[in-house]
Amino acid sequence: MSELDPAEIFRQEASELMEQLETSLLDLEQSPQNQALIDSAFRALHTIKGSGAMFGFDRVAAFIHGFETAFDQIRKGRTQATHELIKVALDAKDHIRHLIEAPDQADAATGNRILAALDLVTNAAGHHGAPQPVTEPAPSGAPSANAKWRLGIAFDSDILVNGSNPLLMFDELRDLGQCDLVAEWENIPPLEDLNPQQMYLTWHGQLTMPHPIEVLQDVFMFVLDDMRLDVERIAASDEDAAIQTPVLAAPDHPALNKPETQTEAPQASEAAPALRAAAKETATIRVPAERLDEMMDRVGELVIAQARLTQLVTGKDEAIKSVAEDIARLTSGLREAVMGIRMVPIGSLFVRFRRLLHDLSQDLHKEIRLVTVGDDTEMDKTMIERLADPLVHVIRNSADHGLEDTAARVAAGKSATGQITIVARHAGAEVLLSISDDGRGLDARRIRQKAEESGLIQPGAALSDSELYPLIFAPGFSTAKEVSALSGRGVGMDVVKKTIEAMRGTVDIATTPNKGTTITFHLPLTLAIIEGLLVRVADSRYVIPLTAVEECVELSETENTRSQGRSFLNIRGDLIPFLRLRELFSETGTPDVYQKVVIVSTGESRVGLVVDQIIGSHQTVIKSLSKLHADVNTFSGATILGDGAVALILDIIQIVALAQTIETRHKAAQLELASC
Amino acid sequence: MLTEEVGSHQVLMLGLAGEVFALDARLIREILDPIAVTRVPGAKHFVSSVLNVRGKVIPLADLRQRFGMPPAAATPDTRIIVIETDIGGEPTTVGIIADKVHEVTELDHASLQAPPPVGMRWQPEFIAAIGKWKTDFIVVPNLERIFN
Repeated sequence: MSELDPAEIFRQEASELMEQLETSLLDLEQSPQNQALIDSAFRALHTIKGSGAMFGFDRVAAFIHGFETAFDQIRKGRTQATHELIKVALDAKDHIRHLIEAPDQADAATGNRILAALDLVTNAAGHHGAPQPVTEPAPSGAPSANAKWRLGIAFDSDILVNGSNPLLMFDELRDLGQCDLVAEWENIPPLEDLNPQQMYLTWHGQLTMPHPIEVLQDVFMFVLDDMRLDVERIAASDEDAAIQTPVLAAPDHPALNKPETQTEAPQASEAAPALRAAAKETATIRVPAERLDEMMDRVGELVIAQARLTQLVTGKDEAIKSVAEDIARLTSGLREAVMGIRMVPIGSLFVRFRRLLHDLSQDLHKEIRLVTVGDDTEMDKTMIERLADPLVHVIRNSADHGLEDTAARVAAGKSATGQITIVARHAGAEVLLSISDDGRGLDARRIRQKAEESGLIQPGAALSDSELYPLIFAPGFSTAKEVSALSGRGVGMDVVKKTIEAMRGTVDIATTPNKGTTITFHLPLTLAIIEGLLVRVADSRYVIPLTAVEECVELSETENTRSQGRSFLNIRGDLIPFLRLRELFSETGTPDVYQKVVIVSTGESRVGLVVDQIIGSHQTVIKSLSKLHADVNTFSGATILGDGAVALILDIIQIVALAQTIETRHKAAQLELASC
Repeated sequence: MLTEEVGSHQVLMLGLAGEVFALDARLIREILDPIAVTRVPGAKHFVSSVLNVRGKVIPLADLRQRFGMPPAAATPDTRIIVIETDIGGEPTTVGIIADKVHEVTELDHASLQAPPPVGMRWQPEFIAAIGKWKTDFIVVPNLERIFN
């Protein structure tokens, strides 16, 4: 932990703040009047600027300063958050990201161009909203006239420890107008008692500025909770003489701790809730992900040790048993808690798509609305990160191919605005993530044509529509009439499928002509733990992921003998091919008399796996196999059983694929036989 | 490579099919009595199984396969030596079967020489050096080649 790079911390912090900024900007586009959103965006900007300057990102700070100045116009209500303005503001946000992440490549001219555009938009919009300035809150006083304020500033003694720098704030004060501050040093203790990290000084003085009082408060925006700021108007320009308080008679009064300024108090408390909300959000600890992984490993070992303990105490005396039960309960509680730490709401990912759709809708000249449901559905953080790319692909496809252009939509009697809906929800031990559009739906005829052209299916192959749709996930398949910049390069959907399958998930597709298409990802809750079915084949035990298991049946004597030639099983009228795991794993010896078949499915195809015994369900931590076993693709990993032995986890997708090749070979052989 | 270093370093002497092998002691994590292993169907013969070492699943390598020695059943002297070595650029923990573990000793680099290009029963690429210890010839295996 000691070698943490401060610049890296800033980058992390800034990246979160920029997400906040982007969300606020996009929300603002929907409700331009929402002051809370404007404030939230402004706060994010201000914080990035402040910490940027602190960590030496001077160009960032300088650029944001310009951005802030323009944005301030909105905050003051002088201009409206128009669509153009949001667009430029988003560009500005991208530029900030650029400046932070790759400062060497960031172009100063781009920055200036964005600032100029911002300036133009804010001023132009200002003319439209001409009556706006009138709505400026009256108690702030007339903005134009130079007003004189008397200041009392007393920071909490630990302000320096928290990383705030009063000198920077005083510099900002000086920028506002003519500022004279005098430090009070009566509170400074003798040298031996002096703690250099404590603030002993307080200040008082005068400030003459043409701005309303909010501007003054903004300077101390982030420390308002940790200081006492007394502000009082001095009747320099005589129109507001009534606001004067008698305290003015004693200008050198050092007692800054007395609440003197009743007049300004309501405004300060108005600002406070927002600040406090921000403080609450940041009351978190940043922990490197590896530490959580380490913790997960340890808990995994604990689960195993606990399972062994439970086995050992069976039949022992009650006192020991009850302790073992307590430990079992505590262990499972601990495991859930640790898993909970890794879980984050998927909404953090959806935020990115709002921006994506905003840009897509401009590039494609389509009106698109994004609706997200279940933003608070929690998933393992590593999975959420890996989901980003596949989701972007699917959303792009929906926007580009799925949704018709405005004219076609209106002609079809739909609303002009297309809608893309992302729904996340839990279903048992799975998370279902579906992306739907209300567009034209998949065109089975075109898919067939395309698949025939690219040699994916035989011309005239007897395939139903529902068998044709999954072909869009085949490598090298693309139905786009022209290759567009967004999609249609023929890569994408197959990559989507591969990525999801690598996370032990599956992909479904459903479509209705002229109603739209829904693509659904079925995903496990976490990558680290697996819910499995423990089976025995000869003397070895194996784990079959429970999400893939459909049912278990007994392999009847007749099926067993009859199926020597053809390995099919009749399950309620469906013919399901099956694999004997004993053969697959080259086990010698005689199989058990009553063999069982575990029917597994990967979405489209079902396969039966013949095992000797079904032991039961088993939940455990997944351990990956080393590189020495990288060539063995029938197993996705291993797990440690209650007795300390290792069991391998079957990779169902690979095994089903294997079963299919065997089946095709079988069919080909039969065809040959028939033609002889 | 061992032969290029000057001086000496500590090695673990182990017996395998009547031969003596020397493993750099710095690689060794622990030495275990034989425990239950799990066969990995379809894996390469010389790493045909995995085992659980303190909550980690590690591959178990049988160097006999690499040196063309006949397979042998476990005896009371059989041990599993857990080492950490680079495999495909990643530090990996691997178990190695030994018929017998002799002792940890100082190996003088001057006594080592490059394997002769001819006249050996074994693939020369799997051997880093050969040398002498007491009255026995010893083999310093090239783990990098063996595992990659």
